[in-house]
Amino acid sequence: MSFEQLLFYLFSGVLLLAGISMVTVRNPVYAALSLIVCFFTSAAIWVTLEAEFLGIVLVLVYVGAVMVLFLFVIMMLDINHDHLKEGFIKYLPVGLLVALVIAVEMILVLSGGGFDGEKYMQGQRHGADYSNTKALGEVLYQQYLYPFEIAAVILLVAIIAAITLTLRRRPNSKSQNIDQQVRVKREDRVRLVKMEAEK
Amino acid sequence: MGINVGENLKHYIKAFSLIELLKGMRVTGRYLFDRKITIQYPEQKTPLSPRFRGHHALRRYPNGEERCIACKLCEAVCPALAIKIESQERPDGTRRTTRYDIDMFKCIYCGFCEEACPVDAIVETNIFEYHFENRGENIMTKAKLLAVGDNHETEIAAMKAADAPYR
Amino acid sequence: MEFLAAIWSEIPAAVQNIIVILLKIVAILVPLILAVAYTTFAERKIIGYMQVRMGPNRVGPKGWLQPIADVVKLLFKEVIIPTKSNRYIFLIAPMLTLVPAFVAWSVIPFADGMILADINAGLLFILALTSMGVYGIILGGWASNSKYAMLSAMRAGAQVISYEIAMGFALVGVLMAAGSLNLNEIILAQSGSIFSWFIWPLFGLFLVYFISGVAETNRAPFDVAEGESEIVAGFHVEYSGMAFALFFLAEYANMILISALTSLLFLGGWLSPFQGLDFLTELPVLGAIFGNGIHWFLLKTAFFLFFYLWFRATFPRYRYDQIMRLGWKILIPLTIVWIFAEMIAIGLGWRPWE
Repeated sequence: MSFEQLLFYLFSGVLLLAGISMVTVRNPVYAALSLIVCFFTSAAIWVTLEAEFLGIVLVLVYVGAVMVLFLFVIMMLDINHDHLKEGFIKYLPVGLLVALVIAVEMILVLSGGGFDGEKYMQGQRHGADYSNTKALGEVLYQQYLYPFEIAAVILLVAIIAAITLTLRRRPNSKSQNIDQQVRVKREDRVRLVKMEAEK
Repeated sequence: MGINVGENLKHYIKAFSLIELLKGMRVTGRYLFDRKITIQYPEQKTPLSPRFRGHHALRRYPNGEERCIACKLCEAVCPALAIKIESQERPDGTRRTTRYDIDMFKCIYCGFCEEACPVDAIVETNIFEYHFENRGENIMTKAKLLAVGDNHETEIAAMKAADAPYR
Repeated sequence: MEFLAAIWSEIPAAVQNIIVILLKIVAILVPLILAVAYTTFAERKIIGYMQVRMGPNRVGPKGWLQPIADVVKLLFKEVIIPTKSNRYIFLIAPMLTLVPAFVAWSVIPFADGMILADINAGLLFILALTSMGVYGIILGGWASNSKYAMLSAMRAGAQVISYEIAMGFALVGVLMAAGSLNLNEIILAQSGSIFSWFIWPLFGLFLVYFISGVAETNRAPFDVAEGESEIVAGFHVEYSGMAFALFFLAEYANMILISALTSLLFLGGWLSPFQGLDFLTELPVLGAIFGNGIHWFLLKTAFFLFFYLWFRATFPRYRYDQIMRLGWKILIPLTIVWIFAEMIAIGLGWRPWE
């Protein structure tokens, strides 16, 4: 077993363990932490596959931003830990069914003719000067420019929609207008009065 | 409220040029090179006023007789009730204290006892570096106070003399 | 010497490699930790001087041993774990802040070729790692089971995420100008003379980057996460001893990292400002000083580090909503406009930084 294989089995083992613990653990903060470990190990596996750009972006976006917000929300909510796992057994058959469907789908796709299996299965080794970032950029911005741009526009629409959904006037909310606050000059607040001294 | 273009432009130029932040940093930057006014305490000390109110002392007359006549004015005036006096007549017919205790934990160093004393017996010296290591040491007995007075008589007299013109 | 060389050649190549890498790590980390220690000293001294005080001057000659004394004190203090806290996360949190702060140094080029790991996506790597430092703060605040720590964790989380965007956009401007994510290539793209440094064409991005760097490290005036006057010490109220020291170490290591990155990305890192002036760089002895080298990198880093301390001595703390406004409504639009202008400039083939 080569060093790379060792790393692969190490990371995928940790990934599986963290995934299982993410689903089964009682404390939601622990679940979020397990998910972070999942992202981290999968990023590490991607890096061993010479996809260092994707790996780092996974850490940057999911670990660095998305999961921070997740933790943020979980910590803010006072979740009752006991109620959370109540329907676990009841929903287990449905969950298993979904898992089975996904597994079958993936097996069919990967082994069938939909993908050019030969091309993707073989591990191609590149030299040290191979830049995954550059390769990815070439694919995204030259080969698949239109799909990429369309995806970007859809995301932009989603962002705008999310903002307009939450941006509404609440009659009772109180907030300070910082724009006005920073424009205040001394003359607006202080009135200098000249008075005769009392005799 | 109309939109004042000139005013807005002035505001944006001021905000984005960070001029006010730079002004603030200039102030602190100047003070970086200013002369430092820290007193390096155990080596350097600030001058003390002759009216400084520090540790108490009981004084004696030059012939060695203690000044205190147990009039208890200090005990009466003390706002913190820190002074405790008991007195007795001596064989020569004079009245003197048998007990003169100041509880240094109660004392607020207001100096009223010194003001009230008709014979300048109880004074507050400029000693301010003292400490107690055991319980009960905070009670300054007559003997201790007299000893302080004896040790620092020259300083006390000098302080009194320096302040005399203003009394 | 020959004996040692003989032993060395006996060791298998893989082990040799590992030993060399370990030695390199030590060579980076030991000066870094020392720098952190003396940054705390410099901070107390400089802020003291700006407040017309002396600062610490009792321990050792002129107070030079003060940081050592602090470290010894913290080492011997008890690490108190509050009851009802989550003890595992409570103890892991300080390490979670420290590790990214140290690991990010592995891709920093100190001088030509003086770099531990010259990876292609170095800039992204640093961005990813600095964004992870916030976990320690959030988890530490949560695990302490204390109101103040919790509030601070919330503040820190929101603040760091907001400013990371502005920071990322500022970096996008740099990598557009350099055409690479590799830190070494970014530096080399700035070679030529002092006027080919990125600070001139990207001055706005430089300001945005440094401001959001200050916010990212939770330093004054953006230190609402530890605002002494409101929430005592924030996320590390419940920490003591070495656990507290680790938070401190991480904060200062991050400060130095941001300063180093600012000097790398905008001031040409180890490039000399006298580059291109051949009559200076070709002098017999002084040429080494005027030429490129690690000393310029350290000097530039120290310069920005000084600004951190200067800011802390000068500015009052921002209110929380003001921080959010500055990040989202001013810095991010500013970077987007700047990047857009840069894009047009590149599209028209007008590259003033070359």
